[in-house]
Amino acid sequence: MTNLIILPILIPLFTGVILIFLNNRIMAQRVVASISSIGTIIAAWLIVQKVRTDGIQSLNISSWDAPFGITLVSDMLSALLVLTTSIIAFVCLIYSFKSIGEEREKYYYYAVFYFLLVGVNGAFTTGDIFNLFVFFEVMLMSSYVLLVLGGTKIQLRESIKYLLVNVISSALFIIAVAYLYSVVGTLNMAHISARINEISVNGMPGILTVIAVLFLIVFGLKGAIFPLYFWMPGSYYAPPAPVLALFGALLTKVGVYSITRTYTLFFYHDMDTFGILSILAILSIVFGVIGAIAYWDIKNIIIYNIIVAVGVILYGISVLNTASITGAVYYLMHDMLIKAALFLLVGVVISITGTSNLRNISGLINRFPGLGWTFFIAALALAGIPPLSGFVGKLLIVQGGFEGESFLGAFITLMSSLLVLFSVMKIFINGFWGKDRTYVGEEKAPVKQLLIAPVILVVTSALYGIGSEFILPYITQAADTLIDPNIYINAVIKE
Amino acid sequence: MEILMAFVIGILFMTATYLMLSKSLLRIIVGTGLLSHGAHLLILTMGGLKRGAAPILGGNEEGYTDPLPQALILTAIVISFGVTAFFLVLAYRSYQELGTDNVEEMRGTEKDD
Repeated sequence: MTNLIILPILIPLFTGVILIFLNNRIMAQRVVASISSIGTIIAAWLIVQKVRTDGIQSLNISSWDAPFGITLVSDMLSALLVLTTSIIAFVCLIYSFKSIGEEREKYYYYAVFYFLLVGVNGAFTTGDIFNLFVFFEVMLMSSYVLLVLGGTKIQLRESIKYLLVNVISSALFIIAVAYLYSVVGTLNMAHISARINEISVNGMPGILTVIAVLFLIVFGLKGAIFPLYFWMPGSYYAPPAPVLALFGALLTKVGVYSITRTYTLFFYHDMDTFGILSILAILSIVFGVIGAIAYWDIKNIIIYNIIVAVGVILYGISVLNTASITGAVYYLMHDMLIKAALFLLVGVVISITGTSNLRNISGLINRFPGLGWTFFIAALALAGIPPLSGFVGKLLIVQGGFEGESFLGAFITLMSSLLVLFSVMKIFINGFWGKDRTYVGEEKAPVKQLLIAPVILVVTSALYGIGSEFILPYITQAADTLIDPNIYINAVIKE
Repeated sequence: MEILMAFVIGILFMTATYLMLSKSLLRIIVGTGLLSHGAHLLILTMGGLKRGAAPILGGNEEGYTDPLPQALILTAIVISFGVTAFFLVLAYRSYQELGTDNVEEMRGTEKDD
């Protein structure tokens, strides 16, 4: 079935539309949402298998041939990211059932949730640069609504900042696309790559380097890399836990994916831009780590860990050899899973204690051992302790760094693991050990039901680490496409 | 012609940047409006401003203007219209709730929730 790859976009779209009509019937909303979420996971899984056996899948919408119409392209990287997104969405959904509250559910929470998924899955799957912009806007528009839904003071205040930053970066995206269009005269990503290849016989023209840096600024604003992450700690502090988990796991990773895609597909002729990317990635790691160890607030600690992870992944991309790209792809998916898990666990802790200040929390493990040990495993996975999922990715990135003789970056990546471990262990030691306290929300919080969602994610992440032998062929296939753009071009533009 | 447009767009971007750096929320929103005007004019300009008929088939004109940038602008206009409408309502709502439109006073994360 050739239309298979559009299903992860269409299923959430139709679900979102149906959910608009069910806004007052909460049980019906939940049932529809769960069913279609499982449907999306199955569709994404079928795409992964299809890409595994038959290579890159591309679908020309309305049968217009490749450079002229919009093409959807599902290579292994896109397929795996869509699968990971679907799993995270399902988990955040079942967490929302217990935690989000009737007020929000009645005001189209699930509908907007599904429109966010349309945007994310679309951005991962599209093969057209302007269509990528449109899917970005779908995603961002939903994220504005999810961020402000509920209308508390902090949400309103932080939404304004988040919205302003994203309006500016969207305008910059349009500007970058306009420049690129005037140079290459096409919008299809494979065709752009082929045209840039033609004009870069003696090195990439200067104007394309400028456009490459402009794209780095645009996607860096979405993905929170070093000088452009300033909006993130404030904005991500505001929303409730399941929304925060969705944002932390998906939104920044779409920016990271877009940098990966444009840099490996368009701008691979000029290693100087990769040098800039490398420096910014390393600085993101450093500043993220500084933030993560500086705060005594559990939300802020995990938020700064997003910046560290973005830096590690982009460092892997910037080294541009087989080991580092494979590692970056592996680490990307690990990080999506584990960040969602950590934010949901933080949400459980906040629902018990009513605060996110670490100084007011201690001794949680006495009465919530399940929560404590789940958090412990998630923390070890985040830092990259061997049997768990963070290990293989970081190992390959560091290996690639040494092979590419980028010793400083590899060293900083290794050191960052230590400090990341310190920052999450600080939560564990101060929050879970120590003297027993009683909390306000302790009786009311449905801890057991809330824990189901993060436990699913932590188990998935552990299996992802233990079964790395089984998963590595998929990751290698994804990395092959990134290293050799001709595979992508030939799959899209069929002669 | 493109040179003139480049200057006009540059002035739009300059004004937008200046307005977005100010303290009043409404001036910031006006700034985003000018920024998207600039971006849309830029797409039109970068597509080329050659003479040609409007891209409507039916006559027997010699040549047409490039239809692709016009479609892109139409999409971008609608999107920025939606975002601006949302932004204005958000500003109105936060003026009611927070009692200020000065972004300098919209600070802090922990105490005042």
